[in-house]
Amino acid sequence: MSDPAVERIQRHPKYQELRRKRNSLGWTLTILMLVVYYGYIALIAFDKEFLAKPLGAGVTTIGIPIGMAVIVFSVIVTGLYVRRANGEFDALTRDILKDATK
Amino acid sequence: MSRARTPLLALAALAAAGSAWAAGGDVGEAAKQSTNWIAISMFTAFVVATLGITKWAAGRTKSASDFYTAGGGISGFQNGLAIAGDYMSAASFLGISASVMASGYDGLIYSIGFLVGWPILTFLLAERLRNLGKFTFADVAGYRFAQAPFRAFAASGTLVVVAFYLIAQMVGAGQLIKLLFGLDYWIAVVLVGALMMIYVLFGGMTATTWVQIIKACLLLAGVTFMGFVVMSQYGFSPERLFAEGVRVRTEIASHNPAIADPAKAGLAIMGPGGFIKDPISAISFGMALMFGTLGLPHILMRFFTVPDAKEARKSVFWATTWIGYFYILIFIIGFGAITLVLTNPEFADTATGVIHGGAGTANMAAVLVAKAVGGNVFYGFISAVAFATILAVVAGLTLSGASAVSHDLYATVFKHGNADSASELKVSRITTLALGVVAVLLGIAFERQNIAFMVSLAFAVAASANFPVLLLSVLWKDCTTKGAVIGGFLGLISSVGLTIVSPSVWEATLGYPKGSAWFPYTSPALFSMAIGFGGVWLFSILDRSGQAAKERAAFPAQQVRSETGLGASKASGH
Repeated sequence: MSDPAVERIQRHPKYQELRRKRNSLGWTLTILMLVVYYGYIALIAFDKEFLAKPLGAGVTTIGIPIGMAVIVFSVIVTGLYVRRANGEFDALTRDILKDATK
Repeated sequence: MSRARTPLLALAALAAAGSAWAAGGDVGEAAKQSTNWIAISMFTAFVVATLGITKWAAGRTKSASDFYTAGGGISGFQNGLAIAGDYMSAASFLGISASVMASGYDGLIYSIGFLVGWPILTFLLAERLRNLGKFTFADVAGYRFAQAPFRAFAASGTLVVVAFYLIAQMVGAGQLIKLLFGLDYWIAVVLVGALMMIYVLFGGMTATTWVQIIKACLLLAGVTFMGFVVMSQYGFSPERLFAEGVRVRTEIASHNPAIADPAKAGLAIMGPGGFIKDPISAISFGMALMFGTLGLPHILMRFFTVPDAKEARKSVFWATTWIGYFYILIFIIGFGAITLVLTNPEFADTATGVIHGGAGTANMAAVLVAKAVGGNVFYGFISAVAFATILAVVAGLTLSGASAVSHDLYATVFKHGNADSASELKVSRITTLALGVVAVLLGIAFERQNIAFMVSLAFAVAASANFPVLLLSVLWKDCTTKGAVIGGFLGLISSVGLTIVSPSVWEATLGYPKGSAWFPYTSPALFSMAIGFGGVWLFSILDRSGQAAKERAAFPAQQVRSETGLGASKASGH
């Protein structure tokens, strides 16, 4: 466990930067996702009538676009995270590993 | 919901709640159909192709690493499809479309629950899993823990989830195949068991992955075509499709003298209905679906098949995209079942809105939509895809169960990490055989049981035992072996225990009178997850042993490795 590379990484300023940025993005999106999903579940639990309200003159209810939006939202936030992690975070990680293992 | 129209709606809701777990297998007792030769020949083509792949994969499966993770050489995009293939079970395809047909909007609630775990998995676990893991999720969760007790827990958590999921799939497979192909139940179960054993035994993860990828492509192509044709009949206007659905449901309701207000009953499919009765059940059920996804061992295992964290993230993005797309189409197909299947006297009694053929036939909704939009050949194709779906899922489950026994129990607990690759591989193959035989026997034994609870139980156990342990061991410095093992077992026992005394087992399966269940809610997750997390936390902070101090001291190094991929296991290079 006393790998010198581990200590070098811990002291590396870019590692601190990586942790700060990734944790803030990861937890922000996690909380956002929980709020969206449990907000939706809370509507089902406490206010079914709201979701069953028709949109305009037809039979389509508010619940349909809201449900679809939860699905699309899940895909989009996943994409946002993966995009930033595979670009910016991976570049930081590469630099850190290069410095720590040379 | 007024009292007057509860009987039928309650019944419909019950059918929906049951059928959505169809992989699950509450397919009821399906009547045997006449032998469907087109479907059988399509399915034979699928089997021949996958056996060819298995033969090719067998040549590449030489080490334990090849067997468990396909040598770590699967790309992110391929793995994303394989994850989707692993996850889009018959419960989703047949169960949710049947649920939409029966009660409309409620089916969408299921779909959303199955999807929302994926983003969380991406944000908190995907790359850490890849960076710390080797073969099983216990490699990750137990990274700094005392191996023997921890692996004993992880293997228990894995095997319980796999067992319930697997039995549910086997029973579902038997009932379905009886309906789709006109084969006897036991033949169907033996066939599924034998094929899954061949894939896993000889082809390991490589064959399993490609079976899942092919199945995912076939299934996605099939539902795309069905969704397209259904929408094209209504000028690609969702409103027109929904309006026709409401009209058909209203018409059906008007034939039922027990329903006072058919127009209202028809419109009910456009909003949340009765399948979640109280707020606590709604939240608890939502938690089981969302967090269960993050604790399913056969899904977590897929993250070790890619070369690095970048590909792990890509795979989960593709998986989420495909699964989300699939659920949107399933909702359309479910409505298509109302408008095209329930109105066609060839398929259903148009006055009562019940598909011909006896109990369990509601699960045929999607397959009959295929017949309605694409004729007999497409019907055969979709039937074959439904069978392939089950095969892909059971292969993934079996592989995951086998790895828990051979890697976690045999190699780590009994051989203290000194087992060589060849003997570990031998044990995993013996386990695969044993699991296959047990799954077939249990599948036959449970033929006439109501096993609708089994998939939801698997999700509840995954959410309450595997997930808390995995999350806390990776993110929380003070987590210790004692905390993880005791808390994990508490989550496991409480989720199984509360499910047994809930209405879906106590009343529906064990046959005690209605209202006698001690635990009144649909899902135990809200309580059992609290017990799991609370247990891990409490027994960790109470743990003042020297071992605990060492484990806490090892956290920073684990954190660095999980976050940067330092020292992560590499692809085995072929």
